[in-house]
Formats: sequence, structure tokens, C-alpha cells
Amino acid sequence: MSTATKTTDIAHDDHHAQHQAEIKTFGFWVYLMTDLILFSTFFATFAVLAKNYAGGPGAKELFELPFLFVETMLLLVSSVTFGFAVIAQQQGKQKQMLTYLVVTGLLGLGFLGMELYEFAHMIGEGAGPDRSGFLSAFFTLVGFHGLHVTFGIVWLTVMIIQIVKVGLTSGVESRLARLSLFWHFLDIVWVGVFTFVYLFGLV
Amino acid sequence: MSNHTHKGAVEGSHSSVKSYLVGFVLAVVFTLISFACIALEQVPRKVAFIGLSIAALMQMLVHLRYFLHLDTSREQRWNVVFIAFTGVLVFIFVGGTIWVMMTLNSRMM
Repeated sequence: MSTATKTTDIAHDDHHAQHQAEIKTFGFWVYLMTDLILFSTFFATFAVLAKNYAGGPGAKELFELPFLFVETMLLLVSSVTFGFAVIAQQQGKQKQMLTYLVVTGLLGLGFLGMELYEFAHMIGEGAGPDRSGFLSAFFTLVGFHGLHVTFGIVWLTVMIIQIVKVGLTSGVESRLARLSLFWHFLDIVWVGVFTFVYLFGLV
Repeated sequence: MSNHTHKGAVEGSHSSVKSYLVGFVLAVVFTLISFACIALEQVPRKVAFIGLSIAALMQMLVHLRYFLHLDTSREQRWNVVFIAFTGVLVFIFVGGTIWVMMTLNSRMM
């Protein structure tokens, strides 16, 4: 009788833990989607201002296809390496997981470095955010995405430190799962950025 | 087993190396289609715009399915409902803004 009660209790606890995890994941999706709405207002602003060059340089003078392709691939590969880190975590391979997380962070830094180089180059050429409506909207939207990647890298660094210091506790695993959602979400937004900002401008 | 279902709820139930590689290959294919629309200079403008839009939409769906592990399982139902609702909002915001501003622009000409 007591054993039966115990089993029910454990089953109940498990069910409860699973339910909690689902609620946390849903809550994070709610955050991501509100963030997406913020992004969409910047996308809408950019769409309206995309041709307002004010006599300044336009998309065709500023954007280069190979540079953009490398940026895109860095972010895409970083999404996959984060996925591999999550798989390594599920298999209990902590060292492998840490390696993948560090690689993910480095790829993110590479992407961010390229973006900052592009911004500095553009501002140096007199194509800063104050030059035209098109450039204001461009720097706001792309900069906003870059800011998200920056916070993603900060969060990733904090997670790596936590894993090294306290190991894979259930709290760390749960936070890592949400960071993984955040990181993949940024890659989806980047698909919109490289398509509707860069490539649409080059058509 | 219970541990597995617990993780399944957090990560989605399809985390495997194969799933990520399939997603990666599909994402690269759609990225290449997008870049080809520009790199192959003889693509007509209209075709390029439509091609780019479809490729972007498809790549976003690939990311949702293979990287974010979104599916039609019970655990994911409300996530999917919420994402679909946000999709409607984004469509109204972006589509509505472009519609209003373009109409205004043509009336001011």
C-alpha cells in the first residue's frame, strides 16, 4: 500500500516538474513573440523608408553579397553547433557540450565583429545613420538585431561559467534550454534581415 | 523514461544530430536560392522578389521545425497557437504599414 502511494507520489512529482517546464517554455515563447512584434515594427519602418536615399548612397552602393553570405553562414552554423551542444547535454557529455557552446560563442562573436566592421566602414564613408531615412532605418533594425546577438553572447558566457562552476543542475539545464530558443530565434530574425533588408535592396 | 519525457518537454522531442543536419542542409539550400536570385543577374525583378519571399518563409519554417523543434504534439500546442497569432499580428503591422504609407505616397504625388 505504502509503496503504491510512493509510486503515485513520484509520478505526480514528475508530472508536476514536466508541467512546470512546459509553462516556463511557453512563458519564454511569449517573450520571444513580443520581441518579434518589436522587430516587425522596425521591419515595417524600414520597408517604408527603404528607398528614401536623400541623394546619399543606396543599397547597391553599400551592400556586398560575399560579405553578407559569410555573415549569414556564421550565424547559421552557430545555430547548429548550439543544437549539438544540447544533444551532448542530453547524452551527459559535459566536456563535448562545453566545446560546442564555446564554438557557438566564437561564431556569434565572428558575426558581431563583421557587423561592427560593416557599420564602422559605412559610417567612415559618410553613410552613417544620420545620412538618410534609409540609413536611419537600416542602422536601427540591423543594430537592434546585433544588440540581441550581443546579449545572447553575454548570456552564453554566463551559462558557460555556471556549467563550469556548479555543473549541470536542473536549473542550469532549464536556463540553457531557454538560451537555445533565444539563439535559434535570432537566426530566424536574421533570415528576415538578410532577405528583406539586404537582398531586396540589391534586386 | 520519466527523465526523458521531462527533457522532451523542455527541448522538444526531436533533438537528434540527424534532425539538426537535415535542418542545416535545407537552410543552406534556401539561403543559396535567395543569394542566387541576386547573384544570377538575369533573374527578372518580379521573379526575384517572389523567389526571395518564398525562400525566406520556407527557411523560417525549416528553422522552427528542425532547430526550435516545433511540432503538433500536445506539449507544443499553445506555443504553436501563440506563434500563429503573432504571425497574424506581424502581417497586420507590416502589411498594414506598407499599404497605408504607399497609398499615402501615391496620393501626395
